[in-house]
Amino acid sequence: MVKATTCIVHLRVNGDDYAPGVPSHYTLLETLRYAIGLTGSKQGCDKGDCGACTVILDGEPHLSCITPVLAAEGREIRTVEGLAGAGRPHPLQDAFDLNGAAQCGFCTPGILCSAVALLERNDNPSRTDIREALAGNLCRCTGYTKIYDAVESAAAVLRGQDGGTENGE
Amino acid sequence: MSDTPRRDPALGDLPLWADSGDGSRPDSGAGSGFTLIGRPQRKVDGLAKATGKAAYTDDIALPGMLHAKILRSPHPHARILSIDTTRALALEGVHAVVTGRDMPVRYGIIPWTPDEYPLCVERVRYIGDGVAAVAAVDEDTAIRALALIRVEYEELPACLDPAEALAADGSDERPFIHEPRREGRNGNVTKRVQLSFGEVDERMAGAEVVVEGEYFFEGTTHTPIEPHCAIGRYDENGRLTVWSATQVPHYLHRELASVLGLDPATIRVVQPPVGGAFGGKSEPFDLEFCVARLSMATGRPVKILYTREEVFYAHRGRHPFHMKYRTAADEQGRLQAVDAEVLLDGGAYASFGLVTTYYAGQLLTAPYTMPSYRFDSTRVYTNKPACGPKRGHGSVQPRFAFEVQLDKLAEKLGMDPIELRRVNFMGGNTRTVNELRVTSNGFLECLDAVEKASGWRERHRRLPPGRGLGVAGSCYISGTNYPVYPNEMPQSAIQLQVDRSGRVAVLSGASEIGQGCDSMVAYITAEELGVPLEYVRVLAGDTDFTPVDLGAYSSRITFMLGNACIDAARKLRRKVQEAVAEDWECRPRQVQLAGGWAYYAPDTGRRMRIARAFNLAEARHGTLGATGWYNTPRDNHGDYRGGTIGASPAYSFTAHVAEVDVDVETGVVDVVRIWVAHDCGRALNPLLVEGQMEGSVYMGFAEALMEEQIFKSADQGRAGLHNAPSLLDYRIPTSLDTPEIESLIVESIDPEGPYGAKEAGEGPLHSSIPAIANAIHDATGVRMDRLPFSAPNVWRAIQEAGGPKALAPPRRRAAPPPEPARVDRTTVGVGP
Ligand code: FES
Ligand code: FES
Repeated sequence: MVKATTCIVHLRVNGDDYAPGVPSHYTLLETLRYAIGLTGSKQGCDKGDCGACTVILDGEPHLSCITPVLAAEGREIRTVEGLAGAGRPHPLQDAFDLNGAAQCGFCTPGILCSAVALLERNDNPSRTDIREALAGNLCRCTGYTKIYDAVESAAAVLRGQDGGTENGE
Repeated sequence: MSDTPRRDPALGDLPLWADSGDGSRPDSGAGSGFTLIGRPQRKVDGLAKATGKAAYTDDIALPGMLHAKILRSPHPHARILSIDTTRALALEGVHAVVTGRDMPVRYGIIPWTPDEYPLCVERVRYIGDGVAAVAAVDEDTAIRALALIRVEYEELPACLDPAEALAADGSDERPFIHEPRREGRNGNVTKRVQLSFGEVDERMAGAEVVVEGEYFFEGTTHTPIEPHCAIGRYDENGRLTVWSATQVPHYLHRELASVLGLDPATIRVVQPPVGGAFGGKSEPFDLEFCVARLSMATGRPVKILYTREEVFYAHRGRHPFHMKYRTAADEQGRLQAVDAEVLLDGGAYASFGLVTTYYAGQLLTAPYTMPSYRFDSTRVYTNKPACGPKRGHGSVQPRFAFEVQLDKLAEKLGMDPIELRRVNFMGGNTRTVNELRVTSNGFLECLDAVEKASGWRERHRRLPPGRGLGVAGSCYISGTNYPVYPNEMPQSAIQLQVDRSGRVAVLSGASEIGQGCDSMVAYITAEELGVPLEYVRVLAGDTDFTPVDLGAYSSRITFMLGNACIDAARKLRRKVQEAVAEDWECRPRQVQLAGGWAYYAPDTGRRMRIARAFNLAEARHGTLGATGWYNTPRDNHGDYRGGTIGASPAYSFTAHVAEVDVDVETGVVDVVRIWVAHDCGRALNPLLVEGQMEGSVYMGFAEALMEEQIFKSADQGRAGLHNAPSLLDYRIPTSLDTPEIESLIVESIDPEGPYGAKEAGEGPLHSSIPAIANAIHDATGVRMDRLPFSAPNVWRAIQEAGGPKALAPPRRRAAPPPEPARVDRTTVGVGP
């Protein structure tokens, strides 16, 4: 058995503190998925090429598969599991469902993190803004079109002008 | 006794549809008053996927689970002389090692061409071929153990080129990659199909115009974002469970039994949500056999997760095609004869290749009338990862060549290319020249839709140089008429089970791979039984409790499973109607089920909750459940040898117009926008149909411009080594690369489809590629007969045409009309 150095890392994920023991070479993604059990973040390539592993670190989208776990200590980590409110999806998650923006859904957690980070700094993004914010997230299923629709409609909801059914009266 | 409150305001003017109540096929004409069908709906797994809760195969961790890795061949072609695993086994943390000798049983997805082993036994045939597998306490340990396995190889000459493969003679210098199945044959030829219909030579000789062309379609691969993953668990009762990211649980089930020598009744295959597949997970792979065998060896669960690099080696993607076409027409542009010669580069194993070789010719015969047609298609082995089915299996490549041929024909005749296609339209309810039965056919409407949406009449041949429009059409199957192994049993089935609460469970053996088949059966169940969508639970992808479905391939599920689901739901509905009718003392057909209620049709103020209706039915008929199934018609193809391949109960049709902007100095092609119209029969959920269309267009665009699954030659240092097995180097389009896509749904209402539906998942890919090629020609006058239309390839073609200054794009008049307002890609909305 490989005797990797094991270390205890202190992580704050979605507002909770964790202190798992992991091999010191672990990435943040491996730690989330295999040590903490937060499997929402996906691994599509494990080398920084696909964006499926995107999480939000201190408000910025990051590729967790190329983030050494030790580099994530002391930072505010948000994953797809931390986007929803209690029993209520984030407006973007709801918009993904309503717009059919997740087909196989494997890219979705990473895309949600990139898009939420965008919406938190810009609640009225243009299509170009959205395209650019998602340029690091490969989706092989959708052709991206429905994803743009979802981000735009979530932005409208977040601005309080969804013109829709729930609170649009 | 019925509760008869006033009309539920939530239901509004809910239309109650006319219904025979006898379970016959639905009247699928307009105005049939569906409550859910035909409207955008949420998916049953939409929120699970959007909240990160959907558990894919790699998200499953079982207690005591080991992790395994596969040792892969560094040689493109070599004999295995010996394998020494002792040092690997001795490594602390290693629990088992298996090699090909532990599973020396040949398998293959097509029962007539079994030519691979789970791990190679005596020969490796491509760089990446599996040789041994190690199960260890963790992945790191397994990887270390791989390095301790000693394999002695005797290298053999490798063959990477299909023409060379054809010329092999079995000598030491030019060995066959597989032994010939019959003495004296070329072992490298996996399949040859020669078929001829009508009088090709006579018509060719008598035709007004003949266009000849040579085309090359480079291989591409699926690259689902989820890498293949499997877990095996062999338990104390001698039962094997395999979880796998597969599109074909049933075929996997069969192959596991045959290779491992187990009674299939002791095997369970579970298919968790699959993170994309596109044909790349539609046959068994080494990892599934290895996790099973290693679990049998250790008594512990074993997982294998492919690296991204391994996904490129597993491949089974688009075959490289070398194609020659001769196409003849009369002076009105009516097709007279088509003559094709196709060479398929199959890679190291047969995979679905027998079918691919047929599809290379058989699927070209619609939507145009072809009085005569001949094709000669040959698939050969080469020492590269095996090719197989990728979205639009076997028919995307010939469609590219043929639709470019049609464009050349139109040019020669001075015809509008859309007009040429109209002139040749075959119509519906007819047979193709190769005797395939075509029922509904909305191709003309597709052409009309893209012509109008793209502003074709005003803009084709009139845009400024460098800018152009191109058109193409295509057709595709809604499922194959026959399963891969001959049997008379249903292709698809559904089991419904009703709870006293009104909840309906749908047991489906079909494979949800993102296309929405779990949702599709929920919509149908809710529609037929009148329950709210939230009352439907879909339980799928587990061979222990779902009826057999053959898998997510050949665009078969909506058509076949949809019909099976209607069948089951109608059987149940009849029971419910009968029971309620007895209570109301009316006729069963006067009882309508919709929106959570049973209604008395003549007076909809009279109604009862659906749960109560179900309870009445359960009291009358016993526990409520029903099975439904679908099998294909048998009279829809010719009875010549191979006539069944390409046969489908229905065909979808597509037309594309692409707009490109070519930088003639650099060869960079910007696909500005693609309009796609697709005849899907009926859009059961238009949102999902659009999603399939957009994803298809994207994938076609990607193959047209960017993707190449290619291998190094000996001159490049390492013959047979994958050129770029990563998502950085094998470039697939990002959000910035992908063009604006406008989807236009055409509904031809197929007489046999569920509510008239046909496929939407693969057809819309086909014509995007030739539409782009034809648009490049409109923009520059340069023909792109080789894929991809990457900047270097386009630049070279422009140089061969004399350079940017010499280009003469075809134009309708000397002075082009004023430049149309440029579509701003960033602000224009998409969608109909
Ligand atoms: S898994 Fe991190 S970028 Fe692909
Ligand atoms: S939804 Fe499948 S990869 Fe994006």
